[in-house]
Amino acid sequence: MKPSAFKYVKPDSIRSVLEIISTNENVKILAGGQSLMPMINMRFVLPDVVLDLSQIPGMNEIKFSGESIKIGAMTRQREIIESKLLIKNCPLFVEATSLIGHRQTRNWGTIGGSLCHLDPSAELPVVARALDAVIHIESIRGKRKLAVADLPLFYMTPAIEPDELVTEIEFTPWSAGHGWGFFEFSRRVGDFAIVSAAALIELERSKTVCRASLVLGGVGSGPVRCKEAEEILLNYSEPDLIEKVCDSLRNIEVGGDSQASTKYRRHLIGVMTKRALRTAFERAQQPVIS
Amino acid sequence: MHSVSMTVNNMVVSGDIEGRTLLVEFLRETLRLTGTHVGCDTSQCGACTVHVNGLSVKSCAMFAFQAEGTEVTTIEGVADGDKLHPMQEAFRTNHGLQCGFCTPGMVMTALALVNENPELTETDVRIGLEGNLCRCTGYQNIVKSILDGAKALRSQT
Repeated sequence: MKPSAFKYVKPDSIRSVLEIISTNENVKILAGGQSLMPMINMRFVLPDVVLDLSQIPGMNEIKFSGESIKIGAMTRQREIIESKLLIKNCPLFVEATSLIGHRQTRNWGTIGGSLCHLDPSAELPVVARALDAVIHIESIRGKRKLAVADLPLFYMTPAIEPDELVTEIEFTPWSAGHGWGFFEFSRRVGDFAIVSAAALIELERSKTVCRASLVLGGVGSGPVRCKEAEEILLNYSEPDLIEKVCDSLRNIEVGGDSQASTKYRRHLIGVMTKRALRTAFERAQQPVIS
Repeated sequence: MHSVSMTVNNMVVSGDIEGRTLLVEFLRETLRLTGTHVGCDTSQCGACTVHVNGLSVKSCAMFAFQAEGTEVTTIEGVADGDKLHPMQEAFRTNHGLQCGFCTPGMVMTALALVNENPELTETDVRIGLEGNLCRCTGYQNIVKSILDGAKALRSQT
């Protein structure tokens, strides 16, 4: 047996999940498990209880109210990639999700699991940050919402209490005709990205930028929103705009590790940002097909 | 120990296992279906790829209890008795394997790819194999095998 011994529970309602996690110590919530399982197999994680969410009905729905999109935490990554609703209204989400892991892991991995695992190089937290998404959380004490901006506490540690369950993620899609781009660099396909960049751009008729979002992954302990770069995007309409934006990223604090040095990461930030922005601009300039 | 049951290769099976039993351990050690291989246990190599409800998954990154009530297909469920499945035959005729360790996972991934897209191109195959590692072939003949197997399957229908 690779994993250590634990009690395996598979409740069939959110209510009973909340009761179990509020009364037991050291419970690990199992969504798709595509990050958790390797950690359990390597015994990096030694839970007393593993709580499988797969029997709870209704946790994998993708809904659009006309104003905001809600995605259930147990929605599989494959379901995101195949969702016509998301392909039409939030292609950034689809593009980034298709880069997560491998085909086999996307078939089983969920969006809630990926967000809560909060790997610094994971795609979904970066996208969620770019969209100013909000996470819905429930516990026996009640319900609350948490902005993705406030999700990372520190390295791989989300601001979610042990007795809390993430039920869905909500965001407002950008207007039709917006441009998007997501690029990442990894040494092999499916490996953790060394650096990733997500860009959203909205252009006015005059072709100046009226709304912009730029987020980097793999750089710090959580997604890094590049506010200064966004300001530059909003205030200029010159041809060397993207160069200016990349210049502004030189001040971002970047860590180095065994995967890549600080210097190399800094280089990749420039390359990935340029690609993401250029693609977002190109797409924003294309006519809207309804 | 708790009882788990699922359908494996069209047979209803069950067993008393611990909660921590991986799907691949249940297949190999409880059911003695040792065709599915364990390469890494960290969901990187794809040697343990099986189908759960028609989708390719890595059976080392799933507990057996997560597959409760599902339809699982392993490499043992692919051939028709002694007659190899056209995809297996394609691997044989194209020299799509050397040591053979990755082959069960390669074939199961190939079948999932062809199910999704019967007209797949070489690029589709190369991208589709992102989750399967081979340390012998350099992939050339695996790609050739899958394209050939897909062609054979198309001509069957």
